[in-house]
Amino acid sequence: MRYVDEFRDPAHARVLLQRVRERMALPALRQRHPVRIMEVCGGHTHTIFRHGLEALLPAGLELVHGPGCPVCVLPRERIDDCVAVAAHPGVILATFGDALRVPGTRASLQQARAEGADVRIVYSPLDALALARAHPQREVVFFALGFETTMPATALTVLQASRERIANFSLLCHHISIVPTLQALLEDKDVQLDGFIGPGHVSMVIGSHPYEFIAHRYQKPFVIAGFEPVDILQSVLMLLSQLAAGEACVENQYARVVAEGGNRQALAAVSEVFELREHALWRGLGDIPRSGMRLRQTYAAFDAERRFGLFDMAESVAPEPASACCDQVLKGCCQPKQCPLFGSECIPEHPVGALMVSSEGACAACYQYRR
Amino acid sequence: MCLGIPAEIVAVDPSDPMSATVEVSGVRRRVNLACVLAEDTDPHDLLGQWVLIHVGFAMALMDADAAKATLALLSELSQEHGSA
Ligand code: SF4
Repeated sequence: MRYVDEFRDPAHARVLLQRVRERMALPALRQRHPVRIMEVCGGHTHTIFRHGLEALLPAGLELVHGPGCPVCVLPRERIDDCVAVAAHPGVILATFGDALRVPGTRASLQQARAEGADVRIVYSPLDALALARAHPQREVVFFALGFETTMPATALTVLQASRERIANFSLLCHHISIVPTLQALLEDKDVQLDGFIGPGHVSMVIGSHPYEFIAHRYQKPFVIAGFEPVDILQSVLMLLSQLAAGEACVENQYARVVAEGGNRQALAAVSEVFELREHALWRGLGDIPRSGMRLRQTYAAFDAERRFGLFDMAESVAPEPASACCDQVLKGCCQPKQCPLFGSECIPEHPVGALMVSSEGACAACYQYRR
Repeated sequence: MCLGIPAEIVAVDPSDPMSATVEVSGVRRRVNLACVLAEDTDPHDLLGQWVLIHVGFAMALMDADAAKATLALLSELSQEHGSA
């Protein structure tokens, strides 16, 4: 059993679509048209575009592409920090491939590399640590980004570095938490949503409890979903069933991976190594209090911000070009194609906004799979 | 970015109990087991187990019973559909 083919089976998809249509025809849901469901995670956005799911859904049901792509919400200022650190003599800056093309204020990391900086792509933070072991004369800085899914891997790498007392390894930490951001969206008057397709792999780490407030306080159904087309359609059906019944609760469609309590060992590593920052900047969304993480004092020796004298994230945000609609797309107030730069000035080869960088960004996914 | 890939644990590393080899579509890769290995578990017990891999770490043990239960729900829907 590979847990993949079964959840791509077109026969299942057809039945689910039929059920979705039936639900949407119920009077309780017809009154609500359009029903707007946000898929929080960029991985879901990618599946939706790749398999053309939107076109299959009945009229009156809209999918809104949420902010859950860590690359898409990377502020330019953070890229500037990386470029500045990479310019130090002797530094190897290692990060995930997705981060390389994100535009900074002046340059992306890819451009910095072309200009001579030693920027390397790694698959795992452990590979960055291996670089530090292999190059004891160099300073290896790992630019850590990602949501809760990725935090445990970084935390465990820092713990490993600490055990081995590796002195030439540090972390430029831009880990952010999706949960405060969901709350910020729910508080935003411009954002009209009826329910959420919940991020499956964030949830595998944090479990289902952190979302309870969404159901209780905001009365919005929330279904944690897997990443295959059938997973998404089944989750949509579960959300519609809740809406039709006038219910709002947290459900878990992705039980094959997500345990209710999350992953205990992963959470323990994260809380050992990281603490909340008072402020964290999200591209397009601005400052979201207590949504970012930084290294605890105990691990300050591994903190690149201290090592290189970077300030904690500035509150001033360099604005996107005036006609760019990134913030509107991020909040689901506008579709990628409605941005005047989409497909002309802004394309994956020359991204203006970060949503055009990663294939999980709404704009890049829409561009790549447009029909 | 939050991509996770299902893979099967095919070997454990005798020199490092926190490391194992997984196979993903015929390709072998080393992964760290720290997030899926409870204190009292012998890594050998994980041989043949499917895990979800993210950036070099096994992040979850895949639950075959839960997968079957989800699929059973889907089959039920198909049957309702067939009889409707
Ligand atoms: S097309 Fe480019 S500029 Fe416009 S919203 Fe998308 S990423 Fe931003």
